[in-house]
Amino acid sequence: MSVEKLVFYVFSAILIGSASMVIFSRQSVRAALFLIVAFCSSAVLWMLLEAEFLSLLLIFVYVGAVMTLFMFVVMMLNLDQETVQEKFVRYLPIALILVVLMVAILIFSVKSTHLGDLGQAMSSHHSADYSNTKALGMLLYTHYFYAFELAAVILLIAIVAAIGLTHREKENNKRQRISEQLKANKKDRLTIIDMEAEE
Amino acid sequence: MINVLIDLLWIVLKILLIAIPLLGAVAYMTLAERKILAYAHVRIGPNRVGLFGLLQPLADGVKLFFKEIIIPSKANPIIFLLAPLVSFATAAAAWAVIPFNKGWILANVNASILYVLALTSLGVYGILMAGWASNSKYALLGAMRSAAQVVSYEIAMGFALVGVLMAADSTNLQDIVLHQQGGFWHWYWLPLLPLFVVYWISGVAETNRLPFDMAEGEAEIVAGFHVEYSGMSFAIFFLAEYANMILISALASLLFFGGWLSPFEGIPLLGTLFSWVPGIFWFFAKMAGFLFLYVWLRATFPRYRYDQIMHLGWKVLIPVTIVWIVVLGLLIECKVGPWFS
Repeated sequence: MSVEKLVFYVFSAILIGSASMVIFSRQSVRAALFLIVAFCSSAVLWMLLEAEFLSLLLIFVYVGAVMTLFMFVVMMLNLDQETVQEKFVRYLPIALILVVLMVAILIFSVKSTHLGDLGQAMSSHHSADYSNTKALGMLLYTHYFYAFELAAVILLIAIVAAIGLTHREKENNKRQRISEQLKANKKDRLTIIDMEAEE
Repeated sequence: MINVLIDLLWIVLKILLIAIPLLGAVAYMTLAERKILAYAHVRIGPNRVGLFGLLQPLADGVKLFFKEIIIPSKANPIIFLLAPLVSFATAAAAWAVIPFNKGWILANVNASILYVLALTSLGVYGILMAGWASNSKYALLGAMRSAAQVVSYEIAMGFALVGVLMAADSTNLQDIVLHQQGGFWHWYWLPLLPLFVVYWISGVAETNRLPFDMAEGEAEIVAGFHVEYSGMSFAIFFLAEYANMILISALASLLFFGGWLSPFEGIPLLGTLFSWVPGIFWFFAKMAGFLFLYVWLRATFPRYRYDQIMHLGWKVLIPVTIVWIVVLGLLIECKVGPWFS
């Protein structure tokens, strides 16, 4: 129990620290790296709740795929620091009002009853043969099947739309046609000419 | 309190029991690779240091250890030095869930297949960080290539693993091996043959090995992400790459070739003749076979062009896996063969 608490507090501290560094660090690449640390430490916290499937999925999907692409974009963009700062100050008043509003709404709407048994979550253990993956699969494919499939279709449409919106066929696009390359043979491509030797 | 300490000590001991042989295996894998490549090129290879060159890895290690670590000016020193550590840490941490024999496992977690997948997907950050922190064009290009390649091939690899866990009805590596019990023809390589091929190709691509080593591509971008690295910081990248190769070989033998199970199981005479052989021997033999395949591929194929890699990953491997997952679903529903009955 004591070890679990230690792990919990250490990783919560890392999570809060790195999450605030995401906002405070000036370099965008460094901010992205801190976001990765935040994801990893929240994955550890989920692991403590015995939600191993969700926690590994968080690392696999968010850190492994989404953040890789994020880093890809951030590294390619050389953001001009000064212009970023300028905009930051200009929008500060509006942003502050929004923050106050959002915090107020959260405080009023989320009550302690919503958090339910979060206080006891650390103390309740499942048996060793409990599989979070199986439990989640059973719920998703029976009880929440309709919502799950709906989400899948929406995602599919989003993928198709994203490709459709951004993909432009260039007119002089160079493309490799493997079937034509395989069909090529020596007879069509090469002519051997006999030449008389010149003096 | 004492009990907790003893438990921790046991865990550290077990970790050392895995980590030290792993480092030894990495060292001698480099020698084996050089020797096999040499014979493939009709050369002799390293044969000066020690008998048949057997001390060559030690000499290399000592050399790299005493070289200076150069940090380029305008590089980001913290991330620059952190990058090789991230690479190696993720490659080594994945070994925690690998079963070497029945019950010989550091952490027998339920979702071990997901754990391995998550950690191998983290490995790309070492390369990305190295490429960015070096403040060098070639390094950045290498990192970009590697990021795109790993993201594309992870999908195919993930689908191949989905096939395995459908067949075994478990995400635990030990259970997956135990489901394949019953000899050579009961292993999953046969019913999952297309998935095995896809897994192996994307495993080679994932470890940035030839013919998919776009991240290094010395003919185009000098050495890719580790151009600016020297001495020990380079050596750790090297260790990580080989540890990853060994990991992919171990996974391939666990998932598709029955891990520590004997190939002669169930055969009347040979089965009893080889029953005394410990399971870990078969596991290591299978791993060695896959590692040889790595070097064989390197000696045989020229490097892929970048767009061809993307073509292969997205338009060939992913459709193959999706089709075979549907076929596999039918096979399991119809309880076909010795595998799914």
